[in-house]
Amino acid sequence: MSILSRHRLGASVFLTLGVLAAGAIAASAKSDVRLAGDLSVVAVWSGAEQASFNAVLAGFEQRNPGVKVTYASAGAQLPTVLATAVQGGNPPDVAVLPQPGLMKDFVGKGALKPIDFAKSTIARNFSSDWTKLGTVNGKLYGVFFKGANKSIVWFNTSVFKQAGIAKPPKTWAGFLKIAKTLRASGTKAYSIDGADGWALTDWFENVYLRQAGAAKYDLLSTHRIKWTDPSVKAALRTLAQVFGDRGNIVGGVSGSLQTGFTTALAQLFTDPPNGAMFMEGDFVPSFVPAKAVAGRDYGFFAFPSINKSAPAVVGGGDVAVMFKDSAAARALMTYLAGPEAAEIWVRRGGFSSPNKNVPASAYPDPTTRRTAAALANARTFRFDMSDLQPGSFGATVGQGQWKLFQDFLANPKNLDRIAARLEAAATAAYKAGK
Amino acid sequence: MISVGIWIVYPAIRTFARSFFDRSGTDFVWFDNYRTVFTSSTLLTAIKNNAIWVGVVPALVTSIGLVLAVLTERVRFAVAFRIAIFMPMAISLFAAGVIWRIEYDQAPERGAINAVIAGVHDAIVPPGALPSALPSTTALAGSPRQGFVLRTPTEPGELALLGLTGILPQDVARSAKQATLPQPQPGAIAGVAWRDFRPGGGTSGVVEREELGLPGLTVELRDRAGRKVGTTSTGANGTFRFPKLESGEYEVAIGAASFRQPFGGLSWLGPKLITPAVIAAYTWIWAGFALVIIAAGLAAIPRDLLDAARTDGATEWQVFRRITVPLLAPVLTVVFVTMLINVLKVFDIILAVAPDSVQADANVIALAMWRASFGGVNDFGLGSAIAVVLFLMVVPILALNVRRFRREL
Repeated sequence: MSILSRHRLGASVFLTLGVLAAGAIAASAKSDVRLAGDLSVVAVWSGAEQASFNAVLAGFEQRNPGVKVTYASAGAQLPTVLATAVQGGNPPDVAVLPQPGLMKDFVGKGALKPIDFAKSTIARNFSSDWTKLGTVNGKLYGVFFKGANKSIVWFNTSVFKQAGIAKPPKTWAGFLKIAKTLRASGTKAYSIDGADGWALTDWFENVYLRQAGAAKYDLLSTHRIKWTDPSVKAALRTLAQVFGDRGNIVGGVSGSLQTGFTTALAQLFTDPPNGAMFMEGDFVPSFVPAKAVAGRDYGFFAFPSINKSAPAVVGGGDVAVMFKDSAAARALMTYLAGPEAAEIWVRRGGFSSPNKNVPASAYPDPTTRRTAAALANARTFRFDMSDLQPGSFGATVGQGQWKLFQDFLANPKNLDRIAARLEAAATAAYKAGK
Repeated sequence: MISVGIWIVYPAIRTFARSFFDRSGTDFVWFDNYRTVFTSSTLLTAIKNNAIWVGVVPALVTSIGLVLAVLTERVRFAVAFRIAIFMPMAISLFAAGVIWRIEYDQAPERGAINAVIAGVHDAIVPPGALPSALPSTTALAGSPRQGFVLRTPTEPGELALLGLTGILPQDVARSAKQATLPQPQPGAIAGVAWRDFRPGGGTSGVVEREELGLPGLTVELRDRAGRKVGTTSTGANGTFRFPKLESGEYEVAIGAASFRQPFGGLSWLGPKLITPAVIAAYTWIWAGFALVIIAAGLAAIPRDLLDAARTDGATEWQVFRRITVPLLAPVLTVVFVTMLINVLKVFDIILAVAPDSVQADANVIALAMWRASFGGVNDFGLGSAIAVVLFLMVVPILALNVRRFRREL
């Protein structure tokens, strides 16, 4: 890195300096027996989530009275905040990143310290798919503190009852069949938040993982097969059975493309409900209108199996990484890998831990208990593909996958062109990402 | 001097230099970033949109401000009126954008603008009784727009089954009773129109228990040539009858009126209307600024000049064209040029109003710059290049402004 680029971004650095001021005074711990010093931690969580994470950090301070942990929320700007801080040579001690792609970026820049010291703790607490996700170039860098199960379809129970659907579907064919029944009963089957590109990529990833299998999924997430591969087109054709069922989507396609996450979810709870089903992750209950009660008013089922595929979970997670090596930072990383840390947040609600040793009884409600169990014990767990790819392809508004899947929703007949454009966008992004 | 150096000169030079480096900042790539700016379709859309903004908005805002200033000068509560129009200036552009995003929502139950249009539209063209209904089997052909007709012609003595689905139980009239299959009668066509759905789906095309008749539907009978030979209305159990028919083949249909859709809302936030929609929101905000500046200028115009013109027999239009506007020219230029610069930098309102799915269609240069640098791509090289292009576009206007400024001093 040149001297020049170290000092660039004058304004942004000044903005982020405030956030990261704590990092500047981070001191290294001296003794092995009693840890001491200050640690700075940065993550995306704010509001209620920030309070819960602070409780987790307080648990660490209680065990290590000599260490003071300062948490700063960077919100959605976390990638920028950290990139700038790293360029400025002043990163926090520990950060929790919302995407493993970001972890890979920082490893590439040499900004992260390996955490091999926590290997045994992690092996004890996590299934191997999670350890693999925290590994870059054969070295362990991250531990997944928080997980998200994104293979869930939520539904309004009264609508299902009115339509006479007694059992949620297990297979894709069954899923399409109840969608037809729902439409015939007078309620549109799908509420889709098409304004959010990420939601559409989640649809695709769930279909692809089940239809093409985990091996192909891994190849596609690293662009070792093309987006014009027959397996991709086959998955798009399957997805078109939902996206192409235009009369069965709340607000029609143009309405869906302008509807964001919360509004689309709220369509299940209007009076009468505008839609019956909503596909998204285990975080949905926190956004359901307050008057609706889990179990009574809404339920969920796992994303249906395609061609007899085994249960698989597409998900997300927040990975804790270490920017500065110190005894205190090491202790904090080990602590975050253990079940006790996770349990603190689990009890407070709104949290799924991928840690398999967190007792199921710690979850405050049966819904999270089931979604979290599916997450921690999934035989096949794959990270949200769009989060594994270069940001310009997988996570940017108005371009790459987000935009192209919106174009696909707008016109599913355009399948071959969309696949070709996905491939072109991926090629460009991977080339620039190097 | 030092702060100018730190805050303006240094970042400008750095940005300029950075625009020749790649994403990581290590490789010198000459003009590659600039080539991307002028070849990638997203950035070309941004440039095109910026041209629209520059072409439309300054003129629009200035003229609206002028008209409002002249008009409000004459009304009684001019001050109150001006404050009301100036009010949006007090809100941040982003907040105003969020408000407009909601106003523009396509669903009339959420978006105020479509709600108004829907109110008028549905009062003039009331929606049908069963706008969401669909045929339950392929025996019925057609579409909600054309109405549905039985595919096979019916002869007197036969039954006509008009099964419909997609109807919420609460949308069926209160008077509805269990649907029944009428007795066939010689010389008459009898039939039933019913909600062909019971929990679980039931068997399509068969009248079953728990399936309600659809009362009050208008059923049409047409001869083979498609001429209407009779209409009748369904009873509480959904049955209807066309008695005393000559032998022959008839078509049984439900007219389109029953299925007429309520107004579904204009897609203001769709890819076609998004730029005009954002421009309207932006104009709403800045009209107040133009009004206040121009009104101040107006107050400085010597009254006797206007009165003299009027005494000489000039019409109000002539006074406005020949005296007010020329005297206001310097003020109008200030407003126009200020708006020009504002518009070139326009950014936050687009971010706020346009849903993600059309942000690429609503893109402008400043937004593209932010996106390239911070919005996921994190390509500071490309972002810097866009910034330089934007800067070069603003320079001529700035120069113009500075020159005028000097002249006035």
